[in-house]
Amino acid sequence: MRALFPRLGVAVLIGLVAFAVFGPLINLVIWAFAEQWFFPNRLPSQWGFMFWERVFRPRAGAWEALGNSVGIALATVVFSMALAIPAGYALARLVLPFRHLIMLVFLLPQAFPSLPIFVNIAAMFYGLGLNGTYFGVILVHSLPGLVYAVWIATAAFAATDIAMEEAARNLGASPLRTFRDITLPQAAPGLMAASIFVFLDSIDEFTGTFFVGTPDITTLPILMFNAAMGGNYQIAAITALILLIPSVGFMLIIERFLKSDVLARIGR
Amino acid sequence: MQSTSLTLDNVTVRMGQNTILDSISLSVPQGSFTCLLGPSGCGKTTLLRAIAGFAPLESGDMAIDAVSIAALPPEKRQTAMVFQSYALWPHMSVAENLAYPLKLRGIDRASRARKVARILDLLDLAEFGARSVASLSGGQRQRIALGRALVIDPPILLLDEPLSNLDAAIRRNLRSELRQLQRQLGITTIMVTHDQEEALSMADTIVLMRSGKIAQVAAPEALYAAPVDIDAARFMGVENFITTDSGEMGVASDAACFGFRSMSASICLHPLAGHLNRKAVVIDSAYAGDSYQVLVKSDGELFSARSSTPQLAGAQVILCVPADALIPFGADKNCLIPTDYRTPGRTLS
Ligand SMILES: Nc1ncnc2c1ncn2[C@@H]1O[C@H](COP(=O)(O)OP(=O)(O)OP(=O)(O)O)[C@@H](O)[C@H]1O
Ligand SMILES: [Mg+2]
Repeated sequence: MRALFPRLGVAVLIGLVAFAVFGPLINLVIWAFAEQWFFPNRLPSQWGFMFWERVFRPRAGAWEALGNSVGIALATVVFSMALAIPAGYALARLVLPFRHLIMLVFLLPQAFPSLPIFVNIAAMFYGLGLNGTYFGVILVHSLPGLVYAVWIATAAFAATDIAMEEAARNLGASPLRTFRDITLPQAAPGLMAASIFVFLDSIDEFTGTFFVGTPDITTLPILMFNAAMGGNYQIAAITALILLIPSVGFMLIIERFLKSDVLARIGR
Repeated sequence: MQSTSLTLDNVTVRMGQNTILDSISLSVPQGSFTCLLGPSGCGKTTLLRAIAGFAPLESGDMAIDAVSIAALPPEKRQTAMVFQSYALWPHMSVAENLAYPLKLRGIDRASRARKVARILDLLDLAEFGARSVASLSGGQRQRIALGRALVIDPPILLLDEPLSNLDAAIRRNLRSELRQLQRQLGITTIMVTHDQEEALSMADTIVLMRSGKIAQVAAPEALYAAPVDIDAARFMGVENFITTDSGEMGVASDAACFGFRSMSASICLHPLAGHLNRKAVVIDSAYAGDSYQVLVKSDGELFSARSSTPQLAGAQVILCVPADALIPFGADKNCLIPTDYRTPGRTLS
């Protein structure tokens, strides 16, 4: 009897949190299947898959946008990690006098309001002919992506034991071989986490794509924005649900690979 | 099995402003077991790391079989080190840990498996090949770390306090196992320890270090009987120092003071012949297992001694030290026992 009240409390709490998290999602799902929904009504007056057909019609561009989104996200991951792995290793290992300053500088783009930054980047990219190119969009997506990637990679490398590297060197491994065989496998969960963060961030990215990519490159968030601006909530909702697919897929990978002890060291 | 000598010639290592190793010269004969002994922070680990190539030399040279290795990177030195933390690779199984150094040497899979099996046998861990490193006990890890170093038949084996993480019983066991293995393989070994008992029981030669310098190089018996100066004596467990006229116990000597260990001093009721005898008052007496540790005061100085019976505080007694347990020191604090007595490798029996 005494145990019931705390249990009830926990249940209510979980319910509230679930509502806060899933409430908007439920609204989204309803919109995705509503064919007619006018203002005072609590629920749509007509349900159906009509808008799904519309979205997935070849000429609607949803498939192309999905391909763009995933392709750009993967390229952003490769690009960011290619920079973040050496940078993170250097930050974690070499005794850099301004290590903390450098880490802080990496955070700066996040501290600024993103809009003016992207407007400036768009102007710059225009001069360089990068506007409307995949490479330009990937660069823009890598900007916030690199922040995550460098921070998490630094934490992951800092968590690996230098003595293990020294043991490998001592027993005959060259520095590069040591990095490949000893350091990288140790840091792998952290680097995996960094990749996932970069991927999710890129899949979601809107502002930068809007200024640098449109109208030549349409990603799912852009498609959704256009639909919502046109008052077409059904299409916006369906696009959002499609956006969930790669995100949820990567969340599952997080679950498999992410160790909490790696997360705990982030930012050290 | 190849085995080699190691020569250090005025090795100096500096880190930032500090001189960590100051002109270390040492010659380690082929097949010998040398212990680096000294208080915490005296530079033992740094010396070992310098030999392995992890601490760059400021000046000086080191050579294996008269070939200089000072400019070689760690992977070219062929010195196998067992780290204090063991530094086993947790993403590899026990067998993979042992096989990795062989893989680096381009040895084919079949010979690798054979050698790993032989090492596992040698270490008495034959069933553990497939186990993950994380699932091993401290003693088992220590043996795997040792095996990983031995698997490449290294000319020189470096051990950094390999036994310090283990509890006393396993430690005693592994001490003799390690020594036997070293003799069996005839491998030139340098071991760091700050446990003097460990050094005394294992080493052919002990190198006593003090704040980056070598204080004394001696066989265990010689180091124990004739520490080079008062500080070395203190480190070797000589707790008591007594200033005395040399005539007092019938030994002619120009010693300014004598040192002795409490376990060789006893508490008596009457002066004994052939002993240094001092009137003293008992301050304190504590049970120490096989006997009582007694603290006495004589001429305002404190001494400790052993007694088979408990002593009452305030009792008037005689502190008796046999003449041959006294270590004479000159006014310059240096030991007066002749230096040739202290040369390494010489047995006193
Ligand atoms: N990376 C470093 N930078 C500056 N000083 C260092 C560094 N590593 C060690 N030292 C200093 O060098 C001295 C010797 O260190 P070392 O680790 O060799 O001592 P040790 O004899 O092995 O001691 P212990 O018995 O405690 O292991 C110490 O005073 C230490 O503070
Ligand atoms: Mg040490």
